[in-house]
Amino acid sequence: MGLTCTGGDREICMALSGEVDHHHARGLMTEIEREIDRELPKHVTLDLGGVTFMDSSGIAVVLRCYKRTAELGGAVTVKDVPPQAEKVLRAAGLERLMRFA
Amino acid sequence: MKPVNTATIEFLSRSANEGFARTAAACFAAQLDPTLDEINDIKTAVSEAVTNAIVHAYPDRLGRVKLKLRLFEDSLLEITVQDWGVGIADVAQARTPLFTTGNEERSGMGFTIMESFMDTLRVRSTPGKGTTVTMRRRIARRLTAGGK
Repeated sequence: MGLTCTGGDREICMALSGEVDHHHARGLMTEIEREIDRELPKHVTLDLGGVTFMDSSGIAVVLRCYKRTAELGGAVTVKDVPPQAEKVLRAAGLERLMRFA
Repeated sequence: MKPVNTATIEFLSRSANEGFARTAAACFAAQLDPTLDEINDIKTAVSEAVTNAIVHAYPDRLGRVKLKLRLFEDSLLEITVQDWGVGIADVAQARTPLFTTGNEERSGMGFTIMESFMDTLRVRSTPGKGTTVTMRRRIARRLTAGGK
């Protein structure tokens, strides 16, 4: 499980890797919030290409990223979502809140 | 109806066991020659049920969680997750999408995902005694290469 952050100038990319389940969720959320608070992004790209598994805890992680970014007036794009994770995120209708690239 | 194969695993309500439980269920289901999509659906549903037990059943201690896997004729897989914890006072309410008694780290989508990803879902609970979640999924028979 990991989070890799790149970018700057209020345009950041956060790449998640490994399993996004309850066991890993709190650590991920803490790091994501810390990064958003530091960079104050206008736009966040959440790269899920390295996610090997996700359950509804992942919904909470993605939603937290969305809410914190939206509080700053920014937007989130989710990209490279693997099929298993996409099925879970779409079960919550998240494609209505943010762009899936 | 008697099962043709069974396996039962019991573990502590530690979050580190969530990955173990879903992998164990996937390994057991492998004998049915499922597709990757079917395996992913099973792993996700098991993850939700086991996580519910770990997060909610034992608020102030560690407790037991039992994962029972049963295979019936015609490729029917039955998965039961049982705990002996606090139980659910209102099961219908608990099964409502987005409802959670947890904090903002929880999405309240666990039962919704179990219902979507499995064929059937049954939840039985008695406050103070525990909760049993039973899910079933029939794995599709596939033609082997050559159409036999």
